[in-house]
Amino acid sequence: MDVLNLAHGSFYMLGAYAAFAVVSKTGNFWLALLLGPLSVGLIGGLMELLLFRRLYQRGHLAQVLLSFGFTLVFVDLVRSGFGPRTYGIAPPPGLGGAFHVAGASFTKYDVFILGVSVLVALVLLVAWRLLKVGAVLRAGVSDKEMVGLLGIDLGLVFTLTFAFGAALAGLGGVVAAPFVAIYPAMDDNVLILALVVVVLGGLGSIEGALAGSLLIGLAFSFGTFYLQEFSIAIVFALMAAVLVLRPRGLFGIRQ
Amino acid sequence: MRGLTAGYGGLAVVRDVDLRVAAGEAVALLGRNGAGKTTTLLTIAGALPIRSGSIAVDGRPAAGLPSYRIARLGLSLIPQGRRIFPALSVEENLTLGARRGAVVGTVQELFPVLAERARVFGSNLSGGEQQMLAIGRALMTQPRLLLMDEPSEGLAPQVVRQIGELVGRLRRERDLSILIAEQNLALALAVADRVYVLERGEVVHEGTAAAFGEDRALQRRYLGV
Repeated sequence: MDVLNLAHGSFYMLGAYAAFAVVSKTGNFWLALLLGPLSVGLIGGLMELLLFRRLYQRGHLAQVLLSFGFTLVFVDLVRSGFGPRTYGIAPPPGLGGAFHVAGASFTKYDVFILGVSVLVALVLLVAWRLLKVGAVLRAGVSDKEMVGLLGIDLGLVFTLTFAFGAALAGLGGVVAAPFVAIYPAMDDNVLILALVVVVLGGLGSIEGALAGSLLIGLAFSFGTFYLQEFSIAIVFALMAAVLVLRPRGLFGIRQ
Repeated sequence: MRGLTAGYGGLAVVRDVDLRVAAGEAVALLGRNGAGKTTTLLTIAGALPIRSGSIAVDGRPAAGLPSYRIARLGLSLIPQGRRIFPALSVEENLTLGARRGAVVGTVQELFPVLAERARVFGSNLSGGEQQMLAIGRALMTQPRLLLMDEPSEGLAPQVVRQIGELVGRLRRERDLSILIAEQNLALALAVADRVYVLERGEVVHEGTAAAFGEDRALQRRYLGV
């Protein structure tokens, strides 16, 4: 889509707060899993419809400024709504506790996250490669004007894609809520890691984002375990190395 | 379209152009490089904004509409350089803009090579195959008016002849109207009933293709051939 949106960290944060709000009101995590992505997706769709679509012509800088402005607004909104303190929620019933395999211990919730991740990845890959909407988006990545000339309302596609992206980030926030601290600046770390993942994987490629997330996730985890002081540095060194050897990222299209 | 003025940024590339394509008619838009042919076609298709003037498709006003709405009025542009989607397979390129029960099979009958290469990515086609795909992709939108921008560009003479024959066949079998911008005079005259000549963004000549084909002096003056 060639749109730069730095507010995805905020969408993730909003998802986590939505999870906290729903769980503390109703005690039902599964309801949060439904309502969180829906409401965050709605917010994303409205942002595109009312503001972002006016900026596509003006290039990336305007998009960066607008979306960065939104990250500040969302942090302040969350702070004024929930206060500056840190919250946490428990995993849903049935997914608490841990089990052991071959001497290593896993929480049940780890497995749940793994399952959700694989499911989301599969849905994205199938939609991207096999469905019409994926074809429209892949076409739009290289030539938006031509897509319009074929009678396709790209404006609508953009709004829905933007909303879907926001909903996915919101889903990430809901799923993360039981094992991370929920606080007003929680968006920063995720945003930076997500940016690294996307750049490393290659802009405009779902496969690239998948490969990038696996690579960065493993590098970050192993880095934290063996060289804790350098775990962030390792992530950035990895990105720098890929960019030097292959400037368009692992799966990015040639510019 | 009447009194069309359009261009990029502050620059008017075409000024006060009147063009008419009747139902079932084929019209050629001639002129040297930079005369404004591509700008005219892109503007009609809604990809460039109109400064002034009006455009109507079947009597319905189309000026100022976004390109996807104009396409839905039954007008399809085959752009200069074909602009095949490289990350889409041949079949995906065809089905992307398919409308009203358009069937890939009909296009594949017209261009058997597109059936053979259905799963190949657009980036891996030859120039001739790309041009056939571009025509097929446009036909899948079920147009009544086909705008063709330099379809002969970069193609072998034999392929250019094929395209000429194909355009004739499409007119007969599908009752298509055609507006074709061409540098290749032979192709344009083989295809068109009438011609317009553009020079520096203005229409400087209008007449039948037959008369223009016989008038060497006119051709030399406007096209330098």
